[in-house]
Amino acid sequence: MTGLFSEVFLSALLFGAVTAAIPLLLAGLGEQMSEKAGVLNIGIEGMMLAGAYLGFVGAFYSGSLWLGFLTGAAGGIAVALVMALLCVRIGLNQIVIGIALTLGLEGLTALLHHFQFSRSYPRLPAADATVIPLLSDIPVIGPAFFKHHLIVYLAVALVFGMSYLYRRTQLGLNLQAAGDKPAALDVAGIDVVRTRTIAVLTTGALAGLGGAYLANVGAGLFIPFITNGAGFLGIVLAMLARGRPVWVLFGALLFGVCLSLTTAMQVAGVNIPTDVIQMLPFLAVMIMLVLFGRRASLPAALGIPYERGAR
Amino acid sequence: MSIDTAPPAGATALDATSGAATRRDIMHRLLMTIGPILAALVIAGCILLAVGVDPLAYYGYVLEKGLFSPLGIQQTLTRMAPLLFLAAGLIVAFRAGMWNLGGDGQFLLGAVTAAASAPVLVQILPAWLALFCSFLIAMLVAMIWSLVPALLRAYQGVNEIITTLMMTFLGTSFANVLVKLVFRDPGTTVPQTRTLPVEDRLPRLFETTITSGLLLGLAAIIIVHLVMTRTAFGLKLRIVGANPRAAVHAGLGVPSLTIAVFAISAGLAGLAGAVDIIGVQGNVRADWNPAYGLAVIPAVFLARMNGFAAIGFVFLLSVLSIGGESAARRLGVPNHFTLVLVSIVLIVLALAEYVDHRYNQSRKA
Repeated sequence: MTGLFSEVFLSALLFGAVTAAIPLLLAGLGEQMSEKAGVLNIGIEGMMLAGAYLGFVGAFYSGSLWLGFLTGAAGGIAVALVMALLCVRIGLNQIVIGIALTLGLEGLTALLHHFQFSRSYPRLPAADATVIPLLSDIPVIGPAFFKHHLIVYLAVALVFGMSYLYRRTQLGLNLQAAGDKPAALDVAGIDVVRTRTIAVLTTGALAGLGGAYLANVGAGLFIPFITNGAGFLGIVLAMLARGRPVWVLFGALLFGVCLSLTTAMQVAGVNIPTDVIQMLPFLAVMIMLVLFGRRASLPAALGIPYERGAR
Repeated sequence: MSIDTAPPAGATALDATSGAATRRDIMHRLLMTIGPILAALVIAGCILLAVGVDPLAYYGYVLEKGLFSPLGIQQTLTRMAPLLFLAAGLIVAFRAGMWNLGGDGQFLLGAVTAAASAPVLVQILPAWLALFCSFLIAMLVAMIWSLVPALLRAYQGVNEIITTLMMTFLGTSFANVLVKLVFRDPGTTVPQTRTLPVEDRLPRLFETTITSGLLLGLAAIIIVHLVMTRTAFGLKLRIVGANPRAAVHAGLGVPSLTIAVFAISAGLAGLAGAVDIIGVQGNVRADWNPAYGLAVIPAVFLARMNGFAAIGFVFLLSVLSIGGESAARRLGVPNHFTLVLVSIVLIVLALAEYVDHRYNQSRKA
């Protein structure tokens, strides 16, 4: 047990926490935008899987991690396009379509993986880290937080970009209105369907990117069901964050630490079933909800398709 | 969430009186169900072609194994038992406007409870009483598990989608912990609970392999349907679902009704787990999670929370999953294709309902 709290171990633990948190952060930020605009996006798990699969395929065949991220985001957008068409444009039930998309993509990516990679299980080489000078020399914190792939820093920067978007821009206000009072937005001359479509497609891109990061950087390979509920965690994070991107970051880090702890405990040979440790993040959130669970401020029109003139 | 009892599409006040028109209605409903399923099969067939599998052979196996072979249809009907209980639980929750997405956690805890209690109880009690007690305990455990989301929703207004999703993740892990640490059968090397002997399980129907759990499931869903549509209690729940604020003004005790809804919904999910274990599986292996809930949720929506329609959709799901498993084995396609097929069927059915609805609207206008 002495090795458990050594400096190296601690920074490896935190490094793992950041790596585990990034897909959750991207998924949470994406889901947050959809929910703000009034679309409950349960298909996000499917979007992440599409991103993970296509991201891996892109990176594997091109040899470029960045191209992999691009194809991953494109995969997420492709699924989001179906969601936008069915749930925003013609207003089908968001929960039915969301779950159906998640089920379908789970099956489809597993199927494609079976025919393509199940014999060889190819891996990608470890991702290059962008080392931030000076900061990365700080003991423990340096190697844990400042030696990641460039996209990690970009993802964190995106949190502040999102905050700016929601607070200071017209589009941010439009998104908020599309979720709270779509009819008012419509009267103001802004196209509700278009605003919501933008939100859903952005969700797809972010979720796809998160999936691609999970496969390419986190695991280095694609396996069926690799997201393992990360999309659903994104939904939970978005709902807990009550519209504030910074809270998504905190929540993602909390889950990241717990997930990383699971791996670390296994490595350290602690004799507890992993299931117990896997319960930790959920237990933490449930306790938080019991203690601080005031009325959640969800958008008024969440989950309700907008139809002009409908009552 | 609508409180209507889902009048058949296309029925107008005038022609509902004549018998011929009702027959046309039923024909229309059938057509609107079978048409989209055929369309979905064609789309899924294209995917099969793309990965180099003969779709006709695949569907042939699905139909043969899931529907037409005596053994297959018996397995299909057996699979329906837990799904019917789950669907019944979801109907109660959805009609009352509560998104119980935690069915899988409640199902697994019910299953583990039943698996842990039944083999012990059959040794000290008469068989029928032992099984009854197991069912009861499984139901109670699932109910208790749903208490946290229920209380949070009832008194704090915390959104139940978050809480039930969290509790389902928790429940899945917790069920595993129970299997591995508490209820583990010391006589086996693989972590699993003690096995309920076949002769102590729920009796099979007549000379078949169909579990009598099917009858329990059918009874559950029909009772739920009747309670929701024909009783004052059901009306109260539907009012809460349609407009919780109006329900408060109408003098309904919304918090206690909320807790009741969660208890019934989770209790039925727990019974689903119990009926699968006591009727079919006999034990719970570690990491066993069939994740039935995720497929049943959209099916219940497509049935518009109507119990009888839900029976039909559950039957369809069972045929696809039993038939798909067998076809996958024989043709070397991974079983995951069943997920794709179910997904496409759900999407096309939802689309067809939309098109039908628009067509009726434009005809009325």
